Amino acid sequence: MIQIVKPNIFIDFVSKFKVAAALSLLLIIIGIGNLVIKGPKFGIEFKGGTSIQLAFDKPIQITKLRDAIKDSKIFKDSKIQNIGSSNKRFIIYTKVSTSSTTSSIEAVLKKLLDPVFGSHYKILEVDMVGPKIGKEFRDKGIIAIVLSLLAILIYITIRFQYRFAVGAIVALIHDVLITVGFLSLFGYEFTLDVVAAILTIVGYSVNDTIVIFDRIREKVRQNRNLSNEEAINRGISETLSRTVLTAGTTLFVVISLFLFGGHALKGMSFALLVGIISGTYSSIFIASPILLLFKGKLMPEKKEVESTEAFKKRIEQEVRF
Amino acid sequence: MKTSTWIKLVIVLIIVAIFGAYTLPTIVGKKNAKYISELFGNLLPTDTINLGLDLKGGMHLVLGVETDKAVFAKVSMAANNLQQALTNAKIAADQVIPGSDGSIRIHLVDSKDLQRAINLIMSNLPNYQIVSDNNPIVIKLKQKIVQKIKEEAVQQAISVIRNRVNQFGVTEPTVVRAGEDHIVVDLPGIKNANRAVRLLGETARLELHLVDDSVSVADALNGNLPPDDEILYEIKRDPTTGEVTKIPFVVKKEPVITGDMITNASVRFGGTLNQPYVAFELNSEGARIFAKFTATHIGKRLAIVLDNVIYSAPVIQSRIGGGRGQITGNFTLEEAHDLALVLRSGSLPAPVKILQKVTIGPSLGKISIEKGKKAMIFGALAVIIFMIFYYRLSGLLADVAMALNIVIIFGAMVMLNATLTLPGLAGIALTVGMAVDANVLIYERIREELLIGRSVHDAVNTGYDRAFITILDANITTLIIALILYQFGSGPVKGFAITMAIGLLANIFTAVTFTKTVFDIVLYKFRPQKLSI
Repeated sequence: MIQIVKPNIFIDFVSKFKVAAALSLLLIIIGIGNLVIKGPKFGIEFKGGTSIQLAFDKPIQITKLRDAIKDSKIFKDSKIQNIGSSNKRFIIYTKVSTSSTTSSIEAVLKKLLDPVFGSHYKILEVDMVGPKIGKEFRDKGIIAIVLSLLAILIYITIRFQYRFAVGAIVALIHDVLITVGFLSLFGYEFTLDVVAAILTIVGYSVNDTIVIFDRIREKVRQNRNLSNEEAINRGISETLSRTVLTAGTTLFVVISLFLFGGHALKGMSFALLVGIISGTYSSIFIASPILLLFKGKLMPEKKEVESTEAFKKRIEQEVRF
Repeated sequence: MKTSTWIKLVIVLIIVAIFGAYTLPTIVGKKNAKYISELFGNLLPTDTINLGLDLKGGMHLVLGVETDKAVFAKVSMAANNLQQALTNAKIAADQVIPGSDGSIRIHLVDSKDLQRAINLIMSNLPNYQIVSDNNPIVIKLKQKIVQKIKEEAVQQAISVIRNRVNQFGVTEPTVVRAGEDHIVVDLPGIKNANRAVRLLGETARLELHLVDDSVSVADALNGNLPPDDEILYEIKRDPTTGEVTKIPFVVKKEPVITGDMITNASVRFGGTLNQPYVAFELNSEGARIFAKFTATHIGKRLAIVLDNVIYSAPVIQSRIGGGRGQITGNFTLEEAHDLALVLRSGSLPAPVKILQKVTIGPSLGKISIEKGKKAMIFGALAVIIFMIFYYRLSGLLADVAMALNIVIIFGAMVMLNATLTLPGLAGIALTVGMAVDANVLIYERIREELLIGRSVHDAVNTGYDRAFITILDANITTLIIALILYQFGSGPVKGFAITMAIGLLANIFTAVTFTKTVFDIVLYKFRPQKLSI
């Protein structure tokens, strides 16, 4: 039998909460601080504008492309981004997005490029989003995230206890903040696909946390004399093997998506990569120790229930006096 | 073997067969699928999976219907009629102004007519309520009616656009409503995107207006415009230089014929240069009006106005009976075709605005699908090899479960007619990674039980029992997120949510039911003393 994590391993995870919390806080402050200072880089789905993807037959100088379009009114404030390292594919972003001009944006670009590049290029994709719909996308994304959080809160509270829900939600917000911060640090744009990735991370994070919570609850049920710290440490240690394996297999796929998925999947797979690492880490070092911040046993003591006879007697007595 | 195991086995096989049948055409291609289906008496499905525009190329448009303009058009018409009614009743009103908020302001010359005017308004315009009964009187369209007009405008816009898209000759176009006033149009494989956009956005409000010869154009341009006249321009484009000239005309505001009287339109050729022109036919009411009007206005010019632009202004030579007319202009064949098409499909009740437009060249679609596929196969391969390496035969079983998971996702997507998008592909890849999670949970549990010395049989059963609750809890929370995503997401996010939701449900089936059935059969048949795990 091959084993990555030795069976019967026992690690005191709980005692490392302070270090973990400090590390997480530091990462979040760096990432979110960067986001606040630089401002979020929204994809055109969110801010409106037009993006045009071009492919050239052979490598060209980006400055040549920039010079070709810089005098046009439509492309005055445009940005040019190189895709890959071959100098053959580029994306041009412009803020212009009014519907009256969209049909002509391609035509204008063609007029500008044809004299310089002749027929050695192709327009691959033209993507235009009006400012109104951009706002709608943004609002809907936020609603979706808030509603997901609420739904998870309710479900975990019903299935476990309130404090488990708090632990899971804190871990989840932690993962989202870390991912958003890293996206900003590494200069990725927030597109609809990235929103989808962040919501997947929410799913993965909760999934991972619940597996550990389930084991912790089982430990408490088996042995009521177990201290909370002991139960949490045992729960995490016993599921550690599974945690490492699942994170590993999922990371295989995500890394492969990141490396080979092409330009269209870059932002999305980067978000997934960061989120899955963060999600695995947070369920061990953040979500579980948070349970200790609440007072009382993880498993409520069984209350003695009055028998019906005793209840009747008590009521009778109370009525009599 | 226990009967319950047999029943489980049969259920598993049936489910695998059903989803497999739906996935097969996508794998072997539509043509081969037809051939296979014929062997089985055309019983097998032949539909392949729907690829999103990001994978196959084409154009994705989100159109916003400007419903406020439809309301304004209704209010303007009511204002016109009201002015007429007031004049007929000998009530002098110097202002009847429609507002874009659905209101009409009526200013009377003499306030003593106030009560009579209000009575007249109330009886003529039952859909309006009075906001102010002083001079000026302000009335407003009832909210319920406003909603109805907007709703109808969107519905009608959808049917008109669907009509135009169908005639444009695109295979498998989709025109669906999104939200209150948005229409999403997907045109796969379209070549001339600009032409399609022009065609969809054309309001195509055709009207024939009498040219007012009694007013000189120069006078009118200087502000001497009679109240029932307006200035419209004929736009001429030189086909060789591309130069545009605008020729002003003074025309009567009230149209003689409106576009809703047109029943058919087609392209014909004629004239000295055998140029294309558009011939149209009118319904019986339009034909009657047209015949009467042309008979009484011989020698006058009639302006043909489309979306407030004059196409031509021919002189009426004689009475035109039979309800036929023609629009000439400097058309290219394509322009004439498009004009005939929009006239046939009816006019849009309100202008539409393009809110989002994505055009993806077919080559880019090919690049994305190749890269996505490559990434997916590579990732899956790594997982498959690792599982066998780590869990031996049981790992192989988990791999089979994972493959089954993918078959079910594809099959379900064909069944639900869902669209596979690039993020959807990523969703499937991720499911592959997570699909093994359930089996890892179970196997780790079984290993634990084996380590404390339980028998193979007990270890397997306890492992499955204990892990099942965890798997359920973990999957349900993720499923909730997928459902919320589906509800609130749009476009690619929705595609992602569908694949994720199907993947999770499939996961519970393949990782728990399927693998347990195999374990049961092995345990009862061979009674092994050791487990390859």
